[in-house]
Amino acid sequence: MDKTIEKQGVPLLEVRNLSVSFTQYQGLFGRTRLEAIKSLNVTVKKGEITAVIGSSGSGKSLLAHSILGLLPYNASSGGEILFQGSLLTEKRKKDLRGKEIVLVPQSVSYLDPLMKVGNQIRNGRNDQEWKEKEQAVLKRYGLGEETEQLYPFELSGGMARRILISTAVMGTPQLVIADEPTPGLHIEAAKRVLGHFREIADDGAGVLLITHDLELALEVADSIAVLYAGITVEEGRKEDFKDEKYLRHPYTKALYRAMPEHGFYSLPGNQPYAKDKIAGCPYRPRCPFAAEECKGSIQGRQLNGGYVRCVRAGEV
Amino acid sequence: MKREEKFPVLKKEGQWRAFGLFAGKQIVRMAALLFLVSIAAFFLLSISPVDPLKTNVGQAALGSMTDEQIAKLEQYWGVGVPMTERFLSWAGDLLRGDMGISLLYRRPVIQVIGEKLSNSLWLMAAAWLLSGTAGFLLGILAGKKRGGLLDRFVTGYSLVMASTPAFWIAMVLLMVFAVWLKILPVGFSIPVGMSAEEAGIGERIVHAILPAAALSLTGISNIALQTREKMVEVMESDYVLFARARGDSERSIVWRHGIRNVALPALTLQFASVSEIFGGSVLVEQVFSYPGLGQAAIAAGLGSDVPLLLGITIISAAIVFAGNTAASLLYGIVDPRIRRGGRKG
Amino acid sequence: MKNRRLTTVILMAVALVFLSAVTASGYFWKEAALATDFSRKDLSPSIAFLFGTDWMGRDMFVRTIVGLSLSIRIGLLTAAASAVLAFLMGTAAAVMGKKTDSLICGLIDVIMGIPHILLLILISYACGRGFWGVVVGVSLTHWTSLARLIRGEVLQLKESNYIRIAERLGHSRWYIAFRHMAPCLFPQFAVGLVLLFPHAILHEASITFLGFGLSPEQPAIGVILSESMQYLAMGKWWLALFPGILLLVTVLMFHFIGQGLVRLVNPGSAQE
Repeated sequence: MDKTIEKQGVPLLEVRNLSVSFTQYQGLFGRTRLEAIKSLNVTVKKGEITAVIGSSGSGKSLLAHSILGLLPYNASSGGEILFQGSLLTEKRKKDLRGKEIVLVPQSVSYLDPLMKVGNQIRNGRNDQEWKEKEQAVLKRYGLGEETEQLYPFELSGGMARRILISTAVMGTPQLVIADEPTPGLHIEAAKRVLGHFREIADDGAGVLLITHDLELALEVADSIAVLYAGITVEEGRKEDFKDEKYLRHPYTKALYRAMPEHGFYSLPGNQPYAKDKIAGCPYRPRCPFAAEECKGSIQGRQLNGGYVRCVRAGEV
Repeated sequence: MKREEKFPVLKKEGQWRAFGLFAGKQIVRMAALLFLVSIAAFFLLSISPVDPLKTNVGQAALGSMTDEQIAKLEQYWGVGVPMTERFLSWAGDLLRGDMGISLLYRRPVIQVIGEKLSNSLWLMAAAWLLSGTAGFLLGILAGKKRGGLLDRFVTGYSLVMASTPAFWIAMVLLMVFAVWLKILPVGFSIPVGMSAEEAGIGERIVHAILPAAALSLTGISNIALQTREKMVEVMESDYVLFARARGDSERSIVWRHGIRNVALPALTLQFASVSEIFGGSVLVEQVFSYPGLGQAAIAAGLGSDVPLLLGITIISAAIVFAGNTAASLLYGIVDPRIRRGGRKG
Repeated sequence: MKNRRLTTVILMAVALVFLSAVTASGYFWKEAALATDFSRKDLSPSIAFLFGTDWMGRDMFVRTIVGLSLSIRIGLLTAAASAVLAFLMGTAAAVMGKKTDSLICGLIDVIMGIPHILLLILISYACGRGFWGVVVGVSLTHWTSLARLIRGEVLQLKESNYIRIAERLGHSRWYIAFRHMAPCLFPQFAVGLVLLFPHAILHEASITFLGFGLSPEQPAIGVILSESMQYLAMGKWWLALFPGILLLVTVLMFHFIGQGLVRLVNPGSAQE
């Protein structure tokens, strides 16, 4: 293995300026490119959880699919993804997925409806070693042995989530990508599911937690990346969310204030859709600090030990 | 939280009772539908301006009948008797296993149907099996890679077949193999001039090849298209995406998830397609002068042999419903969502 | 990436022109199709007679076109009748309450239970065979699938919010059905209608071929193919081959128009 991995500072996963776009029809014959992800930056370190926060429609799931090389055929992507310091090519994605990089999908629909759960956890391997391992994993997540005989439709929401996590820990992945693991779950159940990801990170793997729920993410994550309209507007540490003044981007600040313990102030307006093309900062129409220079192109920059993509950050 | 801790308990006994109830309902439904079909068929044949008695009196068939038979016939078609009464007496006879006498064949309808059906059954079973297997395999291969070369070939073939009447395919096969290449017989189920007893199994098979091929070639398109559609759906499903994310190869995905999820709908469709195979056999039998049930139906329709036509309708509807019922029962047995959950997926 | 939508529209236009041309030529050549000339009988295909001539010296190309023209017109008539029936039955099943629903669903089950060809024979017999036998038969047997589709669609619509609001405003069931639901159903209905043509034409040809449909005096495609049967064994292959191919092409054209409509109505599927 590459020596550099051991070196401090080389992250497990680095997504730089990722973009994903689709071709769509407009009108009767016209065609247009739809940029679902415009410029996404995120970093995951070994033993840590990085949460990617974005409301629905911000292209979060596409991030997971890009890393795994599973984008639909009508999509094209740009930017680069580095894994353990070297470029993640399509071939490398294919070799690594399911082994070094695993996905924990969001719902029970990712399980074959006609196959018993146990078979799916083992992914078809029926030797004694894997059967024992499967039982150990089920036990670890508080599921009885008989669970393996069930079909997906017989699982409750929480059970399904734990089964999906079980599939990830059957091997020894370096990176676990969790795509929206909590929606539809009771708050306690959601916290427990997130706790399982914390354990996985504590065991040494990096976890990329893709979610819309900032509050829940803050329970377990070490660092946070905030997405707005397909753009990473801010990357910071969990500690930055202790007080609004540490936060860098106006949108993150708004998210912070929208949390129940910080006053529940809801932000007026909506995120722009991918088809609405806005020059400059996409947050500009809703931003109280918007200025003339926000209409130009916005470069990302380092600020207070984090990353921000706002020309006015630091001033206001 | 409470719901999560409780595991759905699997009760074997309850499962079987539920299935028994399900099966019972299906069979009752089938009987009811058959009853309705017989009413509909009787109604249609009764309102016809083609007066069966008049037409048949003019026919040679009637000439050879005894006075008693004619009297029975008049009573049977009961001039002036309300339709419901006529229907009831016919249905009563039917329940006792008496379908009346065929006017064309001058034999009990049940005998004629038995003989013709045994000829047709061969043909239909062979075509059903062949088109089912071939269509299923082609559908899987086509749907595996949507838009691929094989997909285009299979969808193209199916589209052409679906746009061609089965009888024309039969005629083309006949022109090529029987008239031009002269390697297969032109028609009939046995060599001309040979009696049914003399004909061996080999001769029967040789005579059935072309009709069976015509039926199979047209039968493939439906099952292939439907299997392909379902396969495309499966290959674009969340669980196949997840299987890819887990590093499974495309081949293993097709085996593990593709066939598993496509087999049941395909099998159901094939059982439900008995009606189409029967329809096709009517046309194909006509082209090859194959003495089966389909040809008998045409003869009965053209010759106003109402009892025979009614009998064939009832028997063929029974076969179709049996196919449909088999499909539903199969779903009940094989699909865990119905077997265990008592609900449709 | 090719612009598939443009290709689709071009293909549809070509299909439409072809079908219109065939249908229109049928009117002009009506007499020519029946013209016999024994000096030119049994000719195999040539430049002068593209599809050859039959035992009465009739030009098979002209006969085929006229037959197809007739088939297309009958196809349009029966498909339209079927589609209207499907629309009425499907909507009625969905909005007229449980009793009507089970009645119509039962009727659909009964119709689907009798093999299609056999039912056509029965209905044709009931109508005394001939032209009306075919038209009534094909119309009455092809509405079932589309009716099921429309029924499902209406049931779904009924659950939608704006229909519920209309209900609360006290509009009658039929008013809601026609005022609010019909516009939403129209694309489905149009596609269903076009996709009915191929079936209608094929079944008309089949039933005529069997002798239950149009009379032998008419140059219907089923009659042409049925007559050619007697000459097949004599090696007069052109009598059956070309009319069949042209029938196949005609039906394919209807398929293309139908599929094109599906693509244009469903923007999602246009993205491929």
